[in-house]
Amino acid sequence: MRSVVKALQRILPTLFVAAAGFAFLWHATDGFGAFTAEAARRQKIERDPVYVAETELTDYTGRSISLSGGGDSITLVEFIYATCPTICQTAGSDFFRLRERLHSSGLADKVRMISVSFDPQRDDNENLSGYAKLHGADGAVWTIARPHLRDVPRLLKTFGVTIIADGFDGYQHNTAIHIIDQSGRLVAIVDTDDISGAAAVVESLL
Amino acid sequence: MTPKTQTQLLWALLVFLFCAATRSQLERDPVTHILVQLPALALVGWLVASALRKRIPVAHLRSDHGMSCLLIALFSIAFWMLPRSIDAALEDPQMELAKFLSVPLLIGLPLGLGWQHAHPLVKGFLKANALSMLGVLAFLFTHAPVRICNNYLVSDQERLGLGFLYAAFALTVLWVIPLFTGRGVGERDTIPSVMARRAKA
Repeated sequence: MRSVVKALQRILPTLFVAAAGFAFLWHATDGFGAFTAEAARRQKIERDPVYVAETELTDYTGRSISLSGGGDSITLVEFIYATCPTICQTAGSDFFRLRERLHSSGLADKVRMISVSFDPQRDDNENLSGYAKLHGADGAVWTIARPHLRDVPRLLKTFGVTIIADGFDGYQHNTAIHIIDQSGRLVAIVDTDDISGAAAVVESLL
Repeated sequence: MTPKTQTQLLWALLVFLFCAATRSQLERDPVTHILVQLPALALVGWLVASALRKRIPVAHLRSDHGMSCLLIALFSIAFWMLPRSIDAALEDPQMELAKFLSVPLLIGLPLGLGWQHAHPLVKGFLKANALSMLGVLAFLFTHAPVRICNNYLVSDQERLGLGFLYAAFALTVLWVIPLFTGRGVGERDTIPSVMARRAKA
Protein backbone atom coordinates (compact mmCIF):
# COMPACT_ATOMS: atom_id res chain seq x y z
CA MET A 1 0.00 0.00 0.00
CA ARG A 2 2.79 2.39 0.94
CA SER A 3 4.60 1.71 -2.31
CA VAL A 4 1.43 2.52 -4.24
CA VAL A 5 1.14 5.83 -2.40
CA LYS A 6 4.78 6.54 -3.10
CA ALA A 7 4.41 5.78 -6.78
CA LEU A 8 1.34 8.02 -6.92
CA GLN A 9 3.25 10.82 -5.24
CA ARG A 10 5.92 10.42 -7.85
CA ILE A 11 3.66 10.56 -10.90
CA LEU A 12 1.02 13.00 -9.63
CA PRO A 13 2.98 16.17 -10.53
CA THR A 14 3.60 14.76 -14.00
CA LEU A 15 -0.08 13.93 -14.45
CA PHE A 16 -1.02 17.37 -13.21
CA VAL A 17 1.34 19.08 -15.67
CA ALA A 18 0.03 16.88 -18.50
CA ALA A 19 -3.59 17.74 -17.71
CA ALA A 20 -2.87 21.44 -17.34
CA GLY A 21 -0.83 21.41 -20.55
CA PHE A 22 -3.63 19.78 -22.52
CA ALA A 23 -6.18 22.21 -21.12
CA PHE A 24 -3.92 25.12 -22.01
CA LEU A 25 -3.37 23.94 -25.59
CA TRP A 26 -7.11 23.20 -25.92
CA HIS A 27 -7.80 26.77 -24.93
CA ALA A 28 -5.05 28.22 -27.14
CA THR A 29 -6.35 26.41 -30.25
CA ASP A 30 -10.09 26.86 -29.61
CA GLY A 31 -10.53 23.16 -28.90
CA PHE A 32 -7.80 21.97 -31.30
CA GLY A 33 -9.80 23.59 -34.11
CA ALA A 34 -7.71 26.63 -35.06
CA PHE A 35 -3.94 26.47 -35.39
CA THR A 36 -3.52 29.54 -37.61
CA ALA A 37 -4.60 33.13 -37.07
CA GLU A 38 -6.71 32.87 -40.23
CA ALA A 39 -8.69 29.87 -38.96
CA ALA A 40 -9.08 31.58 -35.57
CA ARG A 41 -10.46 34.76 -37.15
CA ARG A 42 -13.06 32.82 -39.15
CA GLN A 43 -14.23 30.74 -36.20
CA LYS A 44 -14.41 33.77 -33.94
CA ILE A 45 -16.63 35.63 -36.42
CA GLU A 46 -18.95 32.63 -36.67
CA ARG A 47 -19.24 32.44 -32.88
CA ASP A 48 -19.51 36.18 -32.25
CA PRO A 49 -20.53 38.21 -35.32
CA VAL A 50 -19.34 41.84 -35.20
CA TYR A 51 -21.13 44.95 -36.40
CA VAL A 52 -19.35 46.68 -39.26
CA ALA A 53 -19.40 50.42 -38.66
CA GLU A 54 -21.10 52.54 -41.30
CA THR A 55 -18.38 53.32 -43.85
CA GLU A 56 -18.66 55.40 -46.99
CA LEU A 57 -17.09 53.99 -50.14
CA THR A 58 -16.69 55.46 -53.62
CA ASP A 59 -17.11 52.96 -56.43
CA TYR A 60 -15.43 52.98 -59.83
CA THR A 61 -18.28 54.90 -61.42
CA GLY A 62 -17.81 57.66 -58.83
CA ARG A 63 -20.98 56.71 -56.98
CA SER A 64 -21.00 56.85 -53.19
CA ILE A 65 -22.11 53.64 -51.46
CA SER A 66 -22.32 52.37 -47.90
CA LEU A 67 -20.28 49.31 -46.91
CA SER A 68 -22.53 47.83 -44.25
CA GLY A 69 -25.85 49.57 -44.83
CA GLY A 70 -27.16 47.29 -47.53
CA GLY A 71 -30.77 47.64 -46.39
CA ASP A 72 -32.42 44.30 -47.13
CA SER A 73 -29.39 43.02 -49.00
CA ILE A 74 -26.65 40.71 -47.87
CA THR A 75 -23.22 42.20 -48.60
CA LEU A 76 -20.28 40.13 -49.81
CA VAL A 77 -16.93 41.89 -49.41
CA GLU A 78 -13.48 41.06 -50.72
CA PHE A 79 -10.40 43.14 -50.01
CA ILE A 80 -8.13 43.72 -53.00
CA TYR A 81 -5.74 46.18 -54.54
CA ALA A 82 -6.29 46.74 -58.24
CA THR A 83 -2.63 46.71 -59.29
CA CYS A 84 -2.15 43.27 -57.73
CA PRO A 85 -0.65 40.81 -60.20
CA THR A 86 -1.63 37.59 -58.46
CA ILE A 87 -4.14 36.70 -55.80
CA CYS A 88 -6.51 39.66 -56.25
CA GLN A 89 -6.90 38.68 -59.89
CA THR A 90 -7.84 35.18 -58.80
CA ALA A 91 -10.19 36.72 -56.25
CA GLY A 92 -11.72 38.79 -59.08
CA SER A 93 -12.44 35.75 -61.22
CA ASP A 94 -13.79 33.93 -58.15
CA PHE A 95 -16.17 36.83 -57.50
CA PHE A 96 -17.25 36.67 -61.15
CA ARG A 97 -18.05 32.97 -60.78
CA LEU A 98 -19.89 33.66 -57.53
CA ARG A 99 -22.04 36.34 -59.18
CA GLU A 100 -22.92 33.98 -62.04
CA ARG A 101 -23.83 31.31 -59.50
CA LEU A 102 -26.04 33.73 -57.54
CA HIS A 103 -27.70 34.86 -60.79
CA SER A 104 -28.48 31.31 -61.84
CA SER A 105 -29.96 30.44 -58.45
CA GLY A 106 -32.09 33.60 -58.41
CA LEU A 107 -30.30 35.14 -55.45
CA ALA A 108 -28.60 38.02 -57.27
CA ASP A 109 -31.25 40.58 -56.28
CA LYS A 110 -30.75 39.71 -52.60
CA VAL A 111 -27.03 40.50 -52.46
CA ARG A 112 -24.50 43.21 -53.08
CA MET A 113 -20.92 42.27 -53.92
CA ILE A 114 -18.15 44.78 -53.27
CA SER A 115 -14.45 44.41 -54.01
CA VAL A 116 -12.93 46.94 -51.62
CA SER A 117 -9.47 48.35 -52.32
CA PHE A 118 -7.25 48.69 -49.26
CA ASP A 119 -4.87 50.87 -51.27
CA PRO A 120 -7.06 53.92 -52.06
CA GLN A 121 -4.00 56.11 -52.63
CA ARG A 122 -2.96 54.19 -55.71
CA ASP A 123 -6.36 52.83 -56.69
CA ASP A 124 -7.98 55.82 -58.38
CA ASN A 125 -11.14 55.49 -60.45
CA GLU A 126 -9.09 54.51 -63.46
CA ASN A 127 -7.43 51.57 -61.72
CA LEU A 128 -10.73 50.46 -60.18
CA SER A 129 -12.47 50.67 -63.59
CA GLY A 130 -9.67 48.63 -65.11
CA TYR A 131 -10.18 45.91 -62.50
CA ALA A 132 -13.97 46.06 -63.01
CA LYS A 133 -13.66 45.69 -66.78
CA LEU A 134 -11.07 42.94 -66.57
CA HIS A 135 -13.26 40.80 -64.31
CA GLY A 136 -16.70 41.76 -65.57
CA ALA A 137 -18.03 43.65 -62.55
CA ASP A 138 -21.33 45.25 -63.59
CA GLY A 139 -21.62 48.13 -61.12
CA ALA A 140 -25.05 46.79 -60.13
CA VAL A 141 -24.79 43.48 -58.27
CA TRP A 142 -21.02 43.70 -58.09
CA THR A 143 -18.95 46.84 -57.86
CA ILE A 144 -15.36 47.83 -57.16
CA ALA A 145 -14.91 50.56 -54.56
CA ARG A 146 -12.45 52.33 -52.31
CA PRO A 147 -12.79 53.76 -48.81
CA HIS A 148 -11.32 57.00 -47.49
CA LEU A 149 -7.67 56.49 -46.61
CA ARG A 150 -8.40 57.35 -42.96
CA ASP A 151 -10.94 54.49 -42.71
CA VAL A 152 -8.57 51.78 -43.95
CA PRO A 153 -6.90 50.81 -40.63
CA ARG A 154 -10.27 50.54 -38.85
CA LEU A 155 -11.74 48.44 -41.68
CA LEU A 156 -8.78 46.05 -41.70
CA LYS A 157 -9.02 45.68 -37.93
CA THR A 158 -12.77 45.00 -37.94
CA PHE A 159 -12.42 42.38 -40.67
CA GLY A 160 -9.16 40.94 -39.32
CA VAL A 161 -7.25 41.49 -42.54
CA THR A 162 -3.43 41.66 -42.32
CA ILE A 163 -1.58 43.43 -45.15
CA ILE A 164 2.18 43.09 -45.55
CA ALA A 165 4.53 44.48 -48.22
CA ASP A 166 5.74 41.79 -50.62
CA GLY A 167 9.03 43.51 -51.41
CA PHE A 168 7.99 44.10 -55.03
CA ASP A 169 5.95 47.26 -54.50
CA GLY A 170 2.86 45.15 -53.82
CA TYR A 171 1.23 43.37 -50.89
CA GLN A 172 0.33 39.95 -49.57
CA HIS A 173 -2.87 39.71 -47.56
CA ASN A 174 -5.30 37.11 -46.25
CA THR A 175 -7.87 37.07 -49.02
CA ALA A 176 -11.38 35.82 -48.33
CA ILE A 177 -15.08 36.49 -48.90
CA HIS A 178 -16.56 38.38 -45.94
CA ILE A 179 -20.32 38.05 -45.56
CA ILE A 180 -22.31 40.85 -43.89
CA ASP A 181 -25.94 40.13 -43.06
CA GLN A 182 -28.96 42.43 -43.54
CA SER A 183 -28.43 44.08 -40.17
CA GLY A 184 -24.81 44.99 -40.89
CA ARG A 185 -23.11 42.23 -38.92
CA LEU A 186 -20.08 40.38 -40.26
CA VAL A 187 -21.30 36.81 -39.83
CA ALA A 188 -19.05 34.56 -41.94
CA ILE A 189 -15.70 34.44 -43.71
CA VAL A 190 -15.08 31.81 -46.41
CA ASP A 191 -12.30 31.05 -48.89
CA THR A 192 -12.38 33.19 -52.01
CA ASP A 193 -12.80 30.10 -54.24
CA ASP A 194 -15.43 28.51 -52.00
CA ILE A 195 -18.33 29.54 -54.25
CA SER A 196 -20.72 26.90 -52.89
CA GLY A 197 -19.84 27.79 -49.31
CA ALA A 198 -20.53 31.48 -49.90
CA ALA A 199 -23.81 30.70 -51.70
CA ALA A 200 -24.85 28.42 -48.84
CA VAL A 201 -24.27 31.17 -46.28
CA VAL A 202 -26.32 33.60 -48.40
CA GLU A 203 -29.19 31.12 -48.57
CA SER A 204 -29.05 30.50 -44.84
CA LEU A 205 -29.42 34.24 -44.20
CA LEU A 206 -32.58 34.63 -46.30
CA MET B 1 28.34 32.22 -6.15
CA THR B 2 31.13 30.45 -7.99
CA PRO B 3 32.88 32.11 -10.93
CA LYS B 4 31.32 29.51 -13.23
CA THR B 5 27.83 30.40 -12.01
CA GLN B 6 28.57 34.07 -12.50
CA THR B 7 29.80 33.49 -16.04
CA GLN B 8 26.68 31.50 -16.90
CA LEU B 9 24.35 34.14 -15.50
CA LEU B 10 26.30 36.85 -17.32
CA TRP B 11 25.95 34.94 -20.58
CA ALA B 12 22.22 34.51 -19.96
CA LEU B 13 21.89 38.25 -19.48
CA LEU B 14 23.93 39.00 -22.61
CA VAL B 15 21.91 36.64 -24.78
CA PHE B 16 18.66 38.10 -23.43
CA LEU B 17 19.86 41.65 -24.14
CA PHE B 18 20.89 40.54 -27.63
CA CYS B 19 17.36 39.21 -28.25
CA ALA B 20 15.81 42.42 -26.95
CA ALA B 21 18.12 44.67 -28.96
CA THR B 22 17.70 42.79 -32.25
CA ARG B 23 13.98 42.24 -31.81
CA SER B 24 12.71 44.06 -34.88
CA GLN B 25 15.54 42.89 -37.15
CA LEU B 26 15.14 39.23 -36.19
CA GLU B 27 11.34 39.32 -36.39
CA ARG B 28 11.28 40.84 -39.85
CA ASP B 29 12.24 37.45 -41.25
CA PRO B 30 10.52 34.28 -39.99
CA VAL B 31 13.74 32.29 -40.47
CA THR B 32 15.61 34.39 -37.89
CA HIS B 33 12.49 34.82 -35.75
CA ILE B 34 11.89 31.07 -35.37
CA LEU B 35 15.39 29.64 -35.78
CA VAL B 36 17.50 32.32 -34.04
CA GLN B 37 15.38 34.37 -31.62
CA LEU B 38 13.29 31.57 -30.10
CA PRO B 39 16.24 29.18 -29.55
CA ALA B 40 18.31 32.07 -28.15
CA LEU B 41 15.54 32.93 -25.68
CA ALA B 42 15.32 29.28 -24.67
CA LEU B 43 19.12 29.28 -24.22
CA VAL B 44 18.71 32.12 -21.70
CA GLY B 45 16.55 29.89 -19.51
CA TRP B 46 18.85 26.89 -20.03
CA LEU B 47 21.87 28.95 -18.87
CA VAL B 48 19.96 30.14 -15.80
CA ALA B 49 19.04 26.52 -15.07
CA SER B 50 22.62 25.34 -15.23
CA ALA B 51 23.78 28.28 -13.11
CA LEU B 52 21.18 27.73 -10.39
CA ARG B 53 21.11 23.95 -10.59
CA LYS B 54 22.82 23.47 -7.25
CA ARG B 55 20.65 26.02 -5.45
CA ILE B 56 17.32 24.56 -6.47
CA PRO B 57 15.96 21.72 -4.33
CA VAL B 58 16.13 18.75 -6.67
CA ALA B 59 14.55 15.99 -4.63
CA HIS B 60 11.41 16.08 -6.69
CA LEU B 61 13.27 16.46 -10.01
CA ARG B 62 15.13 13.26 -9.22
CA SER B 63 12.09 11.34 -8.07
CA ASP B 64 10.21 11.77 -11.35
CA HIS B 65 13.31 11.82 -13.58
CA GLY B 66 12.66 15.47 -14.49
CA MET B 67 9.46 14.42 -16.22
CA SER B 68 7.19 17.20 -15.00
CA CYS B 69 9.82 19.81 -15.95
CA LEU B 70 10.22 18.29 -19.40
CA LEU B 71 6.45 18.25 -19.89
CA ILE B 72 6.17 21.94 -18.98
CA ALA B 73 8.81 22.66 -21.63
CA LEU B 74 7.14 20.42 -24.22
CA PHE B 75 3.71 22.00 -23.81
CA SER B 76 5.25 25.46 -24.00
CA ILE B 77 7.14 24.46 -27.15
CA ALA B 78 3.86 23.18 -28.62
CA PHE B 79 2.22 26.53 -27.90
CA TRP B 80 4.96 28.52 -29.61
CA MET B 81 4.87 26.14 -32.58
CA LEU B 82 1.32 27.29 -33.33
CA PRO B 83 1.38 29.70 -36.28
CA ARG B 84 -1.30 31.80 -34.60
CA SER B 85 0.94 32.32 -31.56
CA ILE B 86 3.66 33.71 -33.81
CA ASP B 87 1.14 35.99 -35.57
CA ALA B 88 -0.18 37.14 -32.20
CA ALA B 89 3.33 37.95 -30.94
CA LEU B 90 3.87 40.12 -34.01
CA GLU B 91 0.56 41.95 -33.67
CA ASP B 92 -0.02 42.19 -29.93
CA PRO B 93 2.64 43.73 -27.62
CA GLN B 94 1.31 41.70 -24.68
CA MET B 95 1.88 38.45 -26.55
CA GLU B 96 5.34 39.66 -27.52
CA LEU B 97 6.12 40.26 -23.86
CA ALA B 98 4.67 36.85 -23.01
CA LYS B 99 7.02 35.32 -25.57
CA PHE B 100 10.10 37.04 -24.13
CA LEU B 101 9.18 35.78 -20.65
CA SER B 102 7.72 32.35 -21.35
CA VAL B 103 10.33 31.01 -23.77
CA PRO B 104 13.17 31.41 -21.22
CA LEU B 105 11.10 30.60 -18.12
CA LEU B 106 8.77 27.88 -19.42
CA ILE B 107 10.95 26.27 -22.11
CA GLY B 108 14.66 26.86 -21.44
CA LEU B 109 14.57 26.75 -17.64
CA PRO B 110 12.48 23.58 -17.11
CA LEU B 111 14.26 21.87 -20.00
CA GLY B 112 17.61 22.65 -18.39
CA LEU B 113 16.41 21.44 -14.97
CA GLY B 114 14.64 18.33 -16.22
CA TRP B 115 17.15 17.21 -18.82
CA GLN B 116 19.94 16.28 -16.40
CA HIS B 117 17.62 13.97 -14.47
CA ALA B 118 15.92 12.49 -17.51
CA HIS B 119 16.28 8.81 -18.22
CA PRO B 120 18.64 8.19 -21.20
CA LEU B 121 15.75 6.52 -23.03
CA VAL B 122 13.62 9.64 -22.58
CA LYS B 123 16.46 11.79 -23.87
CA GLY B 124 16.86 9.59 -26.93
CA PHE B 125 13.10 9.59 -27.48
CA LEU B 126 12.94 13.39 -27.29
CA LYS B 127 15.92 13.85 -29.60
CA ALA B 128 14.52 11.44 -32.19
CA ASN B 129 11.14 13.16 -32.03
CA ALA B 130 12.69 16.61 -32.34
CA LEU B 131 14.42 15.51 -35.55
CA SER B 132 11.34 13.91 -37.09
CA MET B 133 9.19 16.88 -36.07
CA LEU B 134 11.61 19.27 -37.77
CA GLY B 135 11.40 17.06 -40.87
CA VAL B 136 7.61 17.16 -40.87
CA LEU B 137 7.65 20.95 -40.39
CA ALA B 138 10.14 21.29 -43.25
CA PHE B 139 7.82 19.36 -45.55
CA LEU B 140 4.74 21.23 -44.35
CA PHE B 141 6.26 24.69 -44.78
CA THR B 142 7.74 24.02 -48.21
CA HIS B 143 4.56 22.40 -49.56
CA ALA B 144 1.67 24.18 -47.81
CA PRO B 145 -0.82 25.49 -50.39
CA VAL B 146 -1.83 28.33 -48.05
CA ARG B 147 -0.08 31.01 -46.07
CA ILE B 148 0.51 29.73 -42.56
CA CYS B 149 1.29 33.09 -40.92
CA ASN B 150 -0.61 36.20 -41.95
CA ASN B 151 2.43 38.31 -41.17
CA TYR B 152 4.90 36.48 -43.39
CA LEU B 153 5.16 36.00 -47.15
CA VAL B 154 4.74 32.64 -48.86
CA SER B 155 8.36 32.80 -50.06
CA ASP B 156 9.50 33.38 -46.46
CA GLN B 157 7.47 30.39 -45.38
CA GLU B 158 9.27 28.20 -47.91
CA ARG B 159 12.67 29.47 -46.77
CA LEU B 160 11.69 28.68 -43.19
CA GLY B 161 10.76 25.16 -44.31
CA LEU B 162 14.26 24.71 -45.71
CA GLY B 163 15.63 26.21 -42.49
CA PHE B 164 13.85 23.47 -40.49
CA LEU B 165 15.51 20.89 -42.73
CA TYR B 166 18.98 22.37 -42.19
CA ALA B 167 18.30 22.56 -38.44
CA ALA B 168 17.33 18.87 -38.40
CA PHE B 169 20.53 18.04 -40.27
CA ALA B 170 22.70 20.12 -37.94
CA LEU B 171 21.14 18.58 -34.82
CA THR B 172 21.59 15.08 -36.25
CA VAL B 173 25.30 15.72 -36.73
CA LEU B 174 25.57 17.35 -33.31
CA TRP B 175 23.89 14.44 -31.57
CA VAL B 176 25.43 11.60 -33.52
CA ILE B 177 29.10 12.62 -33.33
CA PRO B 178 29.43 12.15 -29.53
CA LEU B 179 28.04 8.62 -29.87
CA PHE B 180 31.13 7.73 -31.89
CA THR B 181 33.77 9.77 -30.10
CA GLY B 182 32.56 9.28 -26.56
CA ARG B 183 33.62 12.84 -25.85
CA GLY B 184 32.01 16.23 -25.78
CA VAL B 185 28.53 17.30 -24.79
CA GLY B 186 26.94 13.86 -24.82
CA GLU B 187 29.68 12.12 -22.87
CA ARG B 188 27.48 10.77 -20.13
CA ASP B 189 25.04 9.36 -22.64
CA THR B 190 27.40 7.08 -24.52
CA ILE B 191 26.82 3.39 -24.22
CA PRO B 192 30.38 2.59 -23.01
CA SER B 193 30.28 5.33 -20.36
CA VAL B 194 26.92 4.19 -19.02
CA MET B 195 28.21 0.63 -18.79
CA ALA B 196 31.38 1.80 -17.07
CA ARG B 197 29.38 3.78 -14.53
CA ARG B 198 27.14 0.81 -13.84
CA ALA B 199 30.17 -1.42 -13.34
CA LYS B 200 31.66 1.04 -10.84
CA ALA B 201 28.42 1.24 -8.91
